[in-house]
Amino acid sequence: MNRYPIWKFVLIGTVIIIGLLYTIPNFFGESPAVQISPAKTSLKLDESLLEKVESTLKLANIPFDGLFMDASGVKVRFATTDTQLLAKDKLVANLGKDYTVALNLVPQTPGWLQSIGAKPMYLGLDLRGGVHFLLQVDMKAALDKAAESTVGDFRMSLRKEKINYYGIERQGQVVVVKFESEAEATRARNLLAKDFSDLTYKISGSDKDISLTASMSVMAQKRIQEFALKQNLQTLHNRINELGVAEPIVQQQGLDRIVVQLPGVQDTAKAKEILGRTATLEIRMVDEEKSDMATLQKAQNGQVPFGDELFSDREGRPVLVKKSVVLTGDRITDAGPGVNGQNGASVVNVTLDGRGAGIFKNVTRENVGKRMAILLIEKGSTEVITAPVINEEIGGGRVQISGMANAQEATDISLLLRAGALAAPMEIIEERTVGPSMGEENIKRGVHSTLWGFAAIAVMMMVYYLVFGGVSVMALGVNLLLLVAILSMLQATLTLPGLAAIALALGMAIDANVLINERIREELRNGNTPQASIHAGYDRAFDTILDSNVTTLIAGLALFMFGTGPIKGFAVVHVLGIMTSMFSAVLVSRALVNLLYGYRRKIEKLQIG
Amino acid sequence: MELFRIKKDIPFMSYGRLTTSISLITFVLAVFFLLHRGLNYGVDFTGGTVMEVHYPAAANIEQIRQVMDGVGLKDVTVQNFGSSQDVLIRLPVKKELSIAQLSEKISTALKGADAGAEVRRVESVGSQVGEELYENGALALLLVCAGIMGYLALRFEWRFAVAAIIANMHDVIIILGFFAFFQWEFNLTVLAAILAVLGYSVNESVVVFDRVRENFKKMRKASAVQVIDNAITRTMSRTIITHLMTQTMVCSMLFFGGETLHNFSLALTIGILFGIYSSVLVACPIAMWLGVNRANLIGDTEKKPKEDEAAIAP
Repeated sequence: MNRYPIWKFVLIGTVIIIGLLYTIPNFFGESPAVQISPAKTSLKLDESLLEKVESTLKLANIPFDGLFMDASGVKVRFATTDTQLLAKDKLVANLGKDYTVALNLVPQTPGWLQSIGAKPMYLGLDLRGGVHFLLQVDMKAALDKAAESTVGDFRMSLRKEKINYYGIERQGQVVVVKFESEAEATRARNLLAKDFSDLTYKISGSDKDISLTASMSVMAQKRIQEFALKQNLQTLHNRINELGVAEPIVQQQGLDRIVVQLPGVQDTAKAKEILGRTATLEIRMVDEEKSDMATLQKAQNGQVPFGDELFSDREGRPVLVKKSVVLTGDRITDAGPGVNGQNGASVVNVTLDGRGAGIFKNVTRENVGKRMAILLIEKGSTEVITAPVINEEIGGGRVQISGMANAQEATDISLLLRAGALAAPMEIIEERTVGPSMGEENIKRGVHSTLWGFAAIAVMMMVYYLVFGGVSVMALGVNLLLLVAILSMLQATLTLPGLAAIALALGMAIDANVLINERIREELRNGNTPQASIHAGYDRAFDTILDSNVTTLIAGLALFMFGTGPIKGFAVVHVLGIMTSMFSAVLVSRALVNLLYGYRRKIEKLQIG
Repeated sequence: MELFRIKKDIPFMSYGRLTTSISLITFVLAVFFLLHRGLNYGVDFTGGTVMEVHYPAAANIEQIRQVMDGVGLKDVTVQNFGSSQDVLIRLPVKKELSIAQLSEKISTALKGADAGAEVRRVESVGSQVGEELYENGALALLLVCAGIMGYLALRFEWRFAVAAIIANMHDVIIILGFFAFFQWEFNLTVLAAILAVLGYSVNESVVVFDRVRENFKKMRKASAVQVIDNAITRTMSRTIITHLMTQTMVCSMLFFGGETLHNFSLALTIGILFGIYSSVLVACPIAMWLGVNRANLIGDTEKKPKEDEAAIAP
């Protein structure tokens, strides 16, 4: 009666072997590495980069242990941190601004393990060191900004249709237009409702004081907020790329928050500066009268003509641009890559808001045949992204920028146009920094707690329950193994509270085995045969184990749902630990007991203390 | 080895009045301290900044205070922790300074005063985040209670569910009472510990209740009091051994876990100790007083005539 069918042994054996395979990578440690990834979307991650990196290192005579490419970039492994730093400097000098070169740690997992996807556990910031920021996007500002641009749009539309109004203003997020007669107001409403359909209109007032209020529908508000958040995420992504962080995390949290995690970053001041930076976009005219070779030459030597500024474009050619600004990036509501319908060339489609469209129309009408420069101003340095020739007057606020080399560049530039600046201001509302030495210490603390606790429990169990205690300890060991394996497989973030949860899971999981062992003792005491006692012990204890685990599971799930940060890390491990303990305490320990006693014909006495 | 070989059932239920009064007194005391002293909330809940600074030699607390005064930061607490080289600096939320500026300001000031100062950990939380965490914590606690009660009511009976929850909530209040009395810092990890311990000590009640149900089936002639007494006595060995094991692990965390896990393991320790007591000696009397008997536990479907023999609990 205490025999398992073969398939159960096979199942348990397979699970343990898989557990072992996925646990092993945690013991190999990590080696210093440098990670190279393209900083611009227009640059592709391919073999040529791999070769470039290899030749750079060979040329500089820097020895490296391994060179490979994965989804995030090219990674080079080094034996020591000294060579790592040396290589980083060389690579930065050689590859230039187009690539992000970051220091990283690469797991030393052997290739055959990597090929089955076995990786070490993913350590959280409190274990590896780094900075965590929680940023709050100011959604009110985003909505205000949207309402502000609606004011401009209305003005344009009303003027075009020659509808008389004597006042227009933004009151909070509502736009109020004042009319002298009801007829004009109705006319205006019909027109605006057609052009701007996602607003809700209301006419109120009497006599000569009629006001038309337009408010954003809930849908429109939601869309604006989503857009603002997406754009801020994109902007942060781009900026963090410049920081040279190996595995940054930029994630949306809730409706209006962004989490930024920068592992390994110690210079928090710089990180904050870059996150808070505002890039601006400007459209200005190229000074065509002074763009002859001679003047440009002079300008490069420092003699810039009055009223002009000298910048260089993306190919490094000098461009003389007028000082007066035609438009700023605030006026851009959207930008995306596209294709010119006539010649099939790659273009960038830019949408301007109402006021921007008006200005743009006037300027293009007056400057056909001249060049218009689009400038990106960041960190005090200005770059001419592109300077296309104006072919005709452009109205309606839809601008097509031609002159893109390929679709990649079009995507890249539209990204820059969109993501150059933040859509809404952000504020850091939470900051957590953990130094690298602290991280190491935290790992040590967590691991020591678990191991010493485990050892003490093992000794006590074996003293108290003898052979059955030994079986329980082995089951507990399997529990630890499986828990680590699952955490490694899921790549769930392991934090210090998570390590505490591993320890606690073991401390709680032993309960199931104590229950079983006590039950067996009791059955023996009641005069049952050893075999019957084992059977009844496991059988009766199971219901109780199930019930108690379900209640613990409920607590774990609630923690997971409502917990943030450290609590979530704790909850994940806690819940997983309960699940693995069900398997190991019931199935594995039973299998061991069956192996030990199930095949004996006669048992004098069970070694259970 | 066998430590608990008890021949006769211990009449736990006859001590019911005593055990519940002890509970009541501790509970009232805990509530008193909670109201009187309140919890010493960590930055997770109140908002504010905590910095852990490590010095190569013993830190000069007085000098650090002066540095803080020098840059115009008031209400700063500076204290040693762990060793004389480690200093913990705590500041409340400052309206006029953003989180980003505050920690920069302090670390530059500290490095200016002593170049060897190494900022090892910074935790800055804005007040709005703190409020949210507070709300979420309360919600999680509610959800756990509701979930556990629902499950117990389904699996056993509402009387058991109510008894178990009363017993365990009283544990939670007592843990909080300890934190209020000693003014230990109450942060997110402590909250996690409390919720974990809540799930864990309900286990305790479940094990006993399971046995009570089983006994009602087996001991047909026994009274409810006898049934419960027997159930507690039979499971006592397991209760003590299990908690001893779990507590061993928690002690290991207390010794090796460092500052971050210190209060976490303290909360667990109190929770485990009171959990044993309350889930057995509080939950069972309450269940009994609520009128748990054979009929409502096993169901009326089982042999009706026998039911008359069963002595109904007072």
